[in-house]
Amino acid sequence: MTATDTLTRAIGTPLARIEGREKVTGEARYAYEYQPENVAYAEPVQAHIARGEIRSVDASETLAQPGVIAVIWNENAPKLADGADAELALFQSRRVAYRGQYVAAVVADTQEAAREGQRLLRIDYVEEPHDVVLRENHPKLYTPEKVNPSFPAHMEKGNVEAALASAAASVDVTYRTPAFHNNAMEPHATVALWQDGDLILYDSNQGAPAHRDAIAGVFDLPPERVRVIAPHVGGGFGSKGTPRPQAILAAMAAQMVERPVKVAVTRQQMFAVTGYRTPTIQRMRLGADAEGRLTAISHEVVEQTSTLKEFAEQTATATRVMYAAPNRLTTHQLARLDVPTPSWMRAPGECPGMFALESAMDELAIACGIDPIELRALNDTQVDPEDGETPFSSRDLVGCLREGAERFGWAERDPTPGVRRDGRWLVGTGVASSTYPAYRRAAQASARAEADGSFVVRVGAADIGTGARTALTQIAGDALGTSVDRVRVEIGDSALPKAGVAGGSMGTASWGTAVVRACEALRAKLDDNAELPAEAEADTSEEIEQQKKRARHGFGAQFAEVRVDSDSGEVRVPRLLGVFAVGRIINPRTARSQFIGGMTMGMGMALHEESVMDAAFGDYVNRDLAQYHVPSHADVQSIEAAWLDEEDDELNPMGSKGIGEIGIVGTAAAIANAVHHATGKRVRELPIRLDRLIECA
Amino acid sequence: MRPFDYERAEDATGAVAALRRRGTGARYLGGGTNLVDLMKLGVETPDALVDVSRLPLRGIEERPDGGLRIGAAVRNSELAAHRAVRERYPLLSLALLSGASGQLRNLATVGGNLLQRTRCSYFQDVSKPCNKREPGSGCPAIEGEHRNLAIIGHSDSCVATHPSDMAVALVALDAEVEVEGEGGTRTIPLREFHRLPGDEPQRDTVLQPGDLITAVELPLLAFATRSTYRKVRDRAAFSFAVVSVAVAVDVADGVVRDCRLALGGVAHVPWRAARAEEALRGQPATEESSPRLPAPSSSRRDRSATTHSRCRSGGQ
Repeated sequence: MTATDTLTRAIGTPLARIEGREKVTGEARYAYEYQPENVAYAEPVQAHIARGEIRSVDASETLAQPGVIAVIWNENAPKLADGADAELALFQSRRVAYRGQYVAAVVADTQEAAREGQRLLRIDYVEEPHDVVLRENHPKLYTPEKVNPSFPAHMEKGNVEAALASAAASVDVTYRTPAFHNNAMEPHATVALWQDGDLILYDSNQGAPAHRDAIAGVFDLPPERVRVIAPHVGGGFGSKGTPRPQAILAAMAAQMVERPVKVAVTRQQMFAVTGYRTPTIQRMRLGADAEGRLTAISHEVVEQTSTLKEFAEQTATATRVMYAAPNRLTTHQLARLDVPTPSWMRAPGECPGMFALESAMDELAIACGIDPIELRALNDTQVDPEDGETPFSSRDLVGCLREGAERFGWAERDPTPGVRRDGRWLVGTGVASSTYPAYRRAAQASARAEADGSFVVRVGAADIGTGARTALTQIAGDALGTSVDRVRVEIGDSALPKAGVAGGSMGTASWGTAVVRACEALRAKLDDNAELPAEAEADTSEEIEQQKKRARHGFGAQFAEVRVDSDSGEVRVPRLLGVFAVGRIINPRTARSQFIGGMTMGMGMALHEESVMDAAFGDYVNRDLAQYHVPSHADVQSIEAAWLDEEDDELNPMGSKGIGEIGIVGTAAAIANAVHHATGKRVRELPIRLDRLIECA
Repeated sequence: MRPFDYERAEDATGAVAALRRRGTGARYLGGGTNLVDLMKLGVETPDALVDVSRLPLRGIEERPDGGLRIGAAVRNSELAAHRAVRERYPLLSLALLSGASGQLRNLATVGGNLLQRTRCSYFQDVSKPCNKREPGSGCPAIEGEHRNLAIIGHSDSCVATHPSDMAVALVALDAEVEVEGEGGTRTIPLREFHRLPGDEPQRDTVLQPGDLITAVELPLLAFATRSTYRKVRDRAAFSFAVVSVAVAVDVADGVVRDCRLALGGVAHVPWRAARAEEALRGQPATEESSPRLPAPSSSRRDRSATTHSRCRSGGQ
C-alpha cells in the first residue's frame, strides 16, 4: 500500500465517537472497573476539624473488624519524597489543614469492611480556631507572585484613577461568585499494583504522562518505573488535571499490604479533596467618554487558597485581552484560609472574571445609553490591549456579536428593563462576550504503517469525554491521506509518547500538532518506499518554541432569554445561543457537545451552583448532587451553539483553537444581564437564586 | 456499611411479626430510595431489613364514598398516573410528579414517601451533631446552613423540614393512614401523623416501634377536581421545595365557598394552613382577597423569598 496525496478531509465532518459503542454497552472500562486478582480496598478517613493536629489514633476497634487488614496514618505511613504538591504529601504530618483532609485510611478485603472500619476509627485532635470565610478586607490578603499558571498578579498601565475621575460615564461595582465544585460524572478513582518494584496505576485523570511524572516524584521513583493507564475518563473539568490524594493512597496502601488496592473517592469527599473554583470578590470599575469609548478598565480580585498550597486563580486575565482602553489596572489578592485547596475548574480565571467584566459592560452600556453590542464593538481591538502592539492571530468578537444578534433577533429588542410581562412572568434578554486563549504545549507522537494497510498513531493524550480520540483520528486520517477507518489512535497511557494534559483547552492543538508531524514524517518514509511496517516519530518542542509572537485567543458571544416568575423569583431560560470564532472546527458533532456543555455549566453557575461554606465547621456542607444543584433539562428549553468560519494559519497545522472551555465563559453574565433586562434588578452575587429576585414582583 | 440481615415478608401481619422478632435494630424496607442512601451515609445502621415492597398492598381501590384506598406499596409513579387520581385529585398527581425523578418515583412507595427523613445536611453528615440523629448532641442548623429548613413549628432542638410533596397534597385532602401494629389495625388522620420536633426531634411521626403503614385512605372531596400543587424550587426539576402549596378551591358566584390549603418545605410536618382556609371562606375569589399574613417573628430563615412566597400562598 502507499499513502497517497489524496485529501480525504475527515476534518470538519461529524464523525461519531469512535468508542461510543463501547461506552453505551458498558464495554469501555473506567479506572475503578479494573479488578486485579487479590485486590484490597482502601477507604480514606477525613479530618473532622478544620485546623489543628492529630493527637492520637485509636485503631483497636477498626482492626478488630473482620476483613480489615491495616490502618494507615502519620505514624506508620511510609516517608514520601518532598514534592511540589503538598496535597500529595499524604499522612506525612499530623497537622490538619482543612476539614475533610485525608488523615488516615483503612485497608480491608472488601469495600464494605473498609467503610465499617473507617466508621469505627477514633481520632483524637488538638483543635485550633479556624478561619474559613473570605471577605474583601480580610487581614490575610496578599498579592501572590504570579497567578495560574504564570501570569503577573498585578498589571497597570496609564492612570486609572485620573481617567475614572474625568470619565463621562462610569461604573464602580463589586461582583461576588461563590465556590463551585467540578463534579465530574465519574468521581476520582485509582487501582494500584506493584510488580517487581514497578508501580502500575489504573487511574481516572486528564493526562497519564503528567500523572506518571508527579506520582513517580512522590514515591521517589524514576518515571519509567511508573505506568499510569487511563483509556476512558468520565469527565474532569480540571479536577483531574493533577493527581489527587486517592492515587497516592492507592499506591501507598498497595505497597504496605503487598496487594493491589482500589480507592474510590465518594461524591461527598469530592467537596474537600479534589479541588474547586475559589469564591471571588471582584471590584470592577469602568470609565468611558461620551461616545462610550472606554478610557479606563480596573478589575481588582480577591480570592482564597488553602494553607497547604497556593493556588492563585487568574481571574482578571481575560480583562487584559478583551477591550481597548489607555488606562488599565488588573490585580489579584489572595487569603490563605483553613479551607480545602482550590484548583482548576473549567476556564479557571476567564469564567468568574468574565462574569464581572461582562456584567459591568452591560451596566456601562445602560449608563451610556448605548446598545450593549455596539458598546462592545466600539471598544474592540485588533492588538493586545496591554502592550498595544502584539497582533491577534485572528479575532472576530464583533463577527460573533453580529451573527448572534441576527440569529437571536436582537434588533427588535427594547432596552427598557422590567417592562415585558407574559402573565406572571417577566421576560428579558441579555448578551455577553466570551473568550479563551488558544495555547499549545509541546508533545510527542508516533505513527506506524502496518503491512495490512492500516495505521496506528500513538500519543499520550486523554479523552475525558470530549471526543479527543475521535478528533485525533480525523486529524491523523487527513495527515496520512487515508480514511479514518484505517487509523487506530492509541491514547490514555503513560507508556505512549509523552504529551500534556487535557486542560487549558489545548489538548487537540498540542496533540494534534504532534500527530500531524508524526504522520508527515511517516509519509516521507513511505514516499521513500520504506518497508512495512514503518514507523516515524515527532516531537513538537522546537516548533512551539519557534512560533511567532501573537495574541492567540478564541472569541464568542453569548445570548440569553430569561423568564422570571414575579411571584416566586424563579428563573427559567427559554433560549441560550452561543456563537464562537475559534478557528477550524475539527468535528462539528463533538464540538457542539463541548459548546453546549460549557454553556449548560455556565447556566448552572448563573442560577444554581453554589458550594456553601459552614463557618462553624469549616467545610462545604451541600456535598452531594441533591444539595449542590447542577442544571436540569427543565431549566432550559433551547440551547444552541453556532460558529463562524475562521481561518487562522498562525495556530497549528489544523488551524484550530481550543473549545473545551470557551462555552462556559460569558454565559453567566449573559443570563445575569437578561435577568436585569427582565426585572430591572441587577444581581451582582451568584447564583441568581429566587430569594435574590423576590423583591422585583 | 455494616453487615445486615435481610428477609422478605409475605403479608402485613408477617412483616409486623418479623420486625418485632428482629428487635429495635430492624427496619422495614420499601422502595429503599431514602433508607438505602442513609445506610450508605452511615446515618441508618440497621442490623436487619424486612422487605415490605412486595407485600400485597399495591392496589388502588374505590371506596363506597367515592374516595380511594391506596395500598402502602403502590409506587409513586403508579399513583400519579392513576386515572381516578388525575381526575378527582389533580393536586395529588401534580405533587407526586413534582417530586424526585422518574426513576425514583418508579421505586418509591406511598408508605415510604410519608416516612422520608429530612434532607437537612447536618442530619445526613454523621461527623456533625444532630438532635434528630443523636438526641442531645445539638442542632448546628440553627446557626448554620438552614436556607431550606423550617420557618414555622420548629423548636430549639430542631429546624428540620419534612421533604415530601405527596404528603402536602394528602394533608390538604384529609387523608388517613392505616397502620398495622402490635394491637392490630388502626387509622391515624394524616394531620396528626407527623409531629412537630419539640424536644424529641428524633421522632418524625406518632408511629410506635414495629408499626407498618398498610394503606392511605383518601375521602372524596368533590371540589378537589379544581386543585393544584405549586412547588417553588431552586431548579426546575429534581429538587426539594423551597416552599410548596397544595390548594383546592370551591368557588360559586365569585365567592370562595370552601378551600383547602397545605404548605410544604416550611415545617417538620406537611402543614395544613387551617387559619388561612378560614380566612378565605366566604371571601370574593380575587387575588386581593388572598390573606397576606406577616412573617412569623421566630422565622429561622433570614432570606426574604421564602417568607414572602409563604405570605402570598396563604400562611398558617
